[in-house]
Amino acid sequence: MNLLTSMGALPLLGALLIALLPAANSKLIKQAAFAVSLLVAGVGFAAAFGFDKSVTEFQYVERFAWIPALGINYQLGVDGISLILILLSVILVPIVILAGWNESENGRFSVKTFYVLILILETMMIGVFAATDVFLFYVFFEAMLIPVYFLIGGYGSGERQAAAVKFLLYSLFGGLLMLASIIGLFVISGNQIGRTMDIEALSTLQIDATTQNFLFLGFFIAFAIKAPLWPMHTWLPDAAKSATPGTSVLLLGVLDKVGTFGMIRYCIELFPDASRTFTPLIIVLSVISILYGAFLAIGQKDIKGLIAFTSISHFGFITLGIFAMTSQGHSGATLYMLNHGFSTAALFLVAGWMISRRGSSTIAEFGGLQRVTPIMAWSFFIAGMSSLALPGLSSFVSEFLVLVGTYTRYPVAAVIATFGIILAALYILIPVQKALHGPTTPGNENLPDLNKREIAAIAPVIAVIIFLGFYPKPALDIINPAAIDTISRAGFSDPAPVVGGNK
Amino acid sequence: MTSENLVYFIALPLFSSALLMLLGRKADKWGHIFATLVSASVFVIGAMEFLAMRDRPEESRAVTQKLFTWISVGSFNVDAGLLLDQLSIAFVLLITGVGTLIHIYSIAYMSHDRDRRRFFSYLNLFIAAMLLLVLGDSYLNLYVGWEGVGLASYLLIGFWNQKPEYATAAKKAFVANRVGDLGLSIAIMIAFANFGAVSFIGIEEKVGGASETALTAMGLMLLLAATGKSAQFPLQAWLGDAMAGPTPVSALIHAATMVTAGVYLITRSNFVFDNAPNAQLAVVIIGAITLLFGAIIGTAKDDIKKALAASTMSQIGYMIMATGFGPAGYAFAIMHLLTHGFFKAGMFLGAGSVMHGMNDEVNMRRYGGLAKLMPITTITFGLGYLAIIGVPPFAGYYSKDKIIETAFNAGGVQGIIFGSTALLGAIITAFYMTRVMMMTFFGNKRWADDAHPHESPFLMWAPMAVLAIGSVASGYLLYSGKAIVNWLAPVVDKHHHEHTELLPPIVVSALAVTAVVIGVGIALAKYRGELSATAPQDVSIFTRVARRDLLQDDANEFMFMRPGQKLTEVLVKTDDKVIDGMVRGVAASTIGSARGMRKMQTGYVRNYALLILLGALAAFVAILVVTL
Repeated sequence: MNLLTSMGALPLLGALLIALLPAANSKLIKQAAFAVSLLVAGVGFAAAFGFDKSVTEFQYVERFAWIPALGINYQLGVDGISLILILLSVILVPIVILAGWNESENGRFSVKTFYVLILILETMMIGVFAATDVFLFYVFFEAMLIPVYFLIGGYGSGERQAAAVKFLLYSLFGGLLMLASIIGLFVISGNQIGRTMDIEALSTLQIDATTQNFLFLGFFIAFAIKAPLWPMHTWLPDAAKSATPGTSVLLLGVLDKVGTFGMIRYCIELFPDASRTFTPLIIVLSVISILYGAFLAIGQKDIKGLIAFTSISHFGFITLGIFAMTSQGHSGATLYMLNHGFSTAALFLVAGWMISRRGSSTIAEFGGLQRVTPIMAWSFFIAGMSSLALPGLSSFVSEFLVLVGTYTRYPVAAVIATFGIILAALYILIPVQKALHGPTTPGNENLPDLNKREIAAIAPVIAVIIFLGFYPKPALDIINPAAIDTISRAGFSDPAPVVGGNK
Repeated sequence: MTSENLVYFIALPLFSSALLMLLGRKADKWGHIFATLVSASVFVIGAMEFLAMRDRPEESRAVTQKLFTWISVGSFNVDAGLLLDQLSIAFVLLITGVGTLIHIYSIAYMSHDRDRRRFFSYLNLFIAAMLLLVLGDSYLNLYVGWEGVGLASYLLIGFWNQKPEYATAAKKAFVANRVGDLGLSIAIMIAFANFGAVSFIGIEEKVGGASETALTAMGLMLLLAATGKSAQFPLQAWLGDAMAGPTPVSALIHAATMVTAGVYLITRSNFVFDNAPNAQLAVVIIGAITLLFGAIIGTAKDDIKKALAASTMSQIGYMIMATGFGPAGYAFAIMHLLTHGFFKAGMFLGAGSVMHGMNDEVNMRRYGGLAKLMPITTITFGLGYLAIIGVPPFAGYYSKDKIIETAFNAGGVQGIIFGSTALLGAIITAFYMTRVMMMTFFGNKRWADDAHPHESPFLMWAPMAVLAIGSVASGYLLYSGKAIVNWLAPVVDKHHHEHTELLPPIVVSALAVTAVVIGVGIALAKYRGELSATAPQDVSIFTRVARRDLLQDDANEFMFMRPGQKLTEVLVKTDDKVIDGMVRGVAASTIGSARGMRKMQTGYVRNYALLILLGALAAFVAILVVTL
């Protein structure tokens, strides 16, 4: 069996296995889920090591006819962009399971159901990035909603059901528009090249401008909701506030990336002309997202809400990089997706531990944690520094690539976006000061510091953040060929420097 | 250029810092010794590099090292690369030399702090970042060090962040620096868009082909970066508050090294500024404003550290102004930077020594008459004092005198304006520093009841003594035989510009010395007699404004903080009420219409039949419309 199918099927089989385990033995269930996710991560690394970085074609390709009458295939394959995102997913799942060892205990459903849902979700995440058939992608895209809906609504806190429904409705609305566009593509392909849903075949279609614009919008709105881009973002803070920290990590770290990934893989590859048409609008929305998300983050009193809004700001950077249509912007945006996954994971996991210890997610309820729980405080601080893109940590590389890649084509947008770095200092240092510095807030004197399991979960995340800050080459080597290939096929090339020269 | 192993400069302090953090309390017993030894060994490496460099012919003095490919996407290629040349070696010696002295001092100064190990870890993080700042071979590498020193400065200002106002001071410094970093970011983008390169060599090669507009924009952005890091107008407000950090930090970071990074940045970017005269003029103006601004604040401060901080701001103003004069000024800016490193670090350590003996009292109105009890501190501080006000032949005389001379030599109205500003600054400097001397070491005792002033231990006064020697001798050594000018010429004055002279040097020197005499005279007249232990309240509006740091915080609050907070509030409300409100409205109307629809499900066949009929009719009409 092929590597990608194996990787995708493993968690599903694991979910089945766990379903057969005795419900009473929650420890065994957790260990089994953790073991399965580690195994999947192992397969993911194997895929990365076997990946040929010198070519731009899809690799590990497999294809079986699924609905031959409609030209729909079960068809998988990865390029550098999707491989990086699959790696992110399979690394984060075991970390999330380990970090949130007890977050499945107080749900409406059983502990067993929690891990079954997580593993099903992992299958969907791998599938959505690996699919090279538009219809297959759509199936994964929509099916992903189901486990997330139950994870938020069943195990979250606060207004969890309302948040879950809001998330579901937003996503379904976007999905519906995308489905309409897919049907449109299907009709056009039937007329031009015979019925197919294969991305590479579809990208050769000749579509007139008006139709292309409509089809583009169907995809783009679905992805802009997912990412999310201003003003389609209001589901995210609610969902992030209500979900368990682990679910939030997967939601913001991976699921939202499906939106930005979709923009690259579907919007730009299938509709290059429409992408060009809408680029000015999207650049504006991105810049608004960057600043708006940052201001809203500064204004949050709830720590989970704050992290959610920082992500909206960061997604603004990612879409900005994508639509700048330069190699630096594109590679930077993809690297940003990876880095944001890790730095948001670090922030959410540590915030989750802080919240479960204190019994509150209000920032003002903390205070003086650096004295009481130094390891937890330092973990939060480093995660925060990564979020504000401190040079030497991974986010800096991607953020700077996005900015420099945008500047060469859209200098004004880049300069305005750069103001985000000042706001980032505020939205990180304000909660750092309130939660970690100052005198210890009464009631916090005896909070326990991170235990060994928690340290084991956060240490690899921080290690990755530091390593990729100093040496992003392994990730960039995978991303670069695919990113450069995408923009050149969309008909763009990097602007040449103003001053030519012999170098 | 030849390649040489330079990585130790950064790796040693960086790993020692990380080790002290990771080991935690286990390293409490020996962490400070270990960190000091690391710093000292880096100084030794630096000294050996310097001696080797001096022995090489001028054209092969600079050495480089490529460590690895850092970021490479398309034509954007940045190596992690180091460059050690005549300019950077000067900084290496300053950073590691003064740094090591301050390590030694801190062993004693911080001996009662339970987090001394963490303090030394931060110090070595700072040393690593500062060395990267001056050794990076491209703007992007410099940027890593640039924000790295900002981080170290943030951690050290907030070292006692259990006190909320100290934590706030740390945050303020970081944010003000980030405003400057915005400038550096944009400057790098401009460089890449214009030259396709971000390394110093790559840009310098092509700088001739760029438009003046692009170079001016880049220069102004670099200037913005410099104002943030070097506490220059209008981003100067953080430096006074930064005195919340332990005093050795104020000496090392907020006097001798980090705050001078702006001067380094502009000097390093000489190839940009030399081709952008408008940007150069802006540099001179900013320097001139700040040298007066800081000096005026210095006259009104009773907190000894804040008085010295205002003085630092002012002295860096001199350096920044000098860099704005181009090849005529760079070497003198660096010369003043080095002499200032000695005398100001020495005086800060002296202030720490006084605080050490006075229960951490910083208010000079509660000092007085300390000369008898703290003779070594008085002498070392006094030598620094003579250096900063510019008494010949102490260090500051040579370096400041040259800057004043260069300002006059700029010629025309500008020369007269900037030269006079520099002279006026010298008068005020002599005044406020004499005030500090008188209030602290002489006059009547105004101590708190529990104060028992005593001289500091050897580990503290020995570094002060070394710095005092530097305050005496460094100026002459750098000046004689044009040592510093010739040494730096291959970096900052490649084309050997001819410098015009407006006034003969002897006249400028006479004017400068006269300025000192005036300033000292006024201060002696004013602060010779008995002083009260509290600040007089019936003072002029001018004094009140100066005491409030010339309203710098009020201005920032009025222009940025309050509008920013208001905007945040409005946006938070809008997001909930308007954007999410619209979504909720759609949801509510959906639910409403669903309720309406539900009413149609009556269960009566006759109603359904009617609906089907209506539907069929509508479909029929629709088909007709489309086909016709």
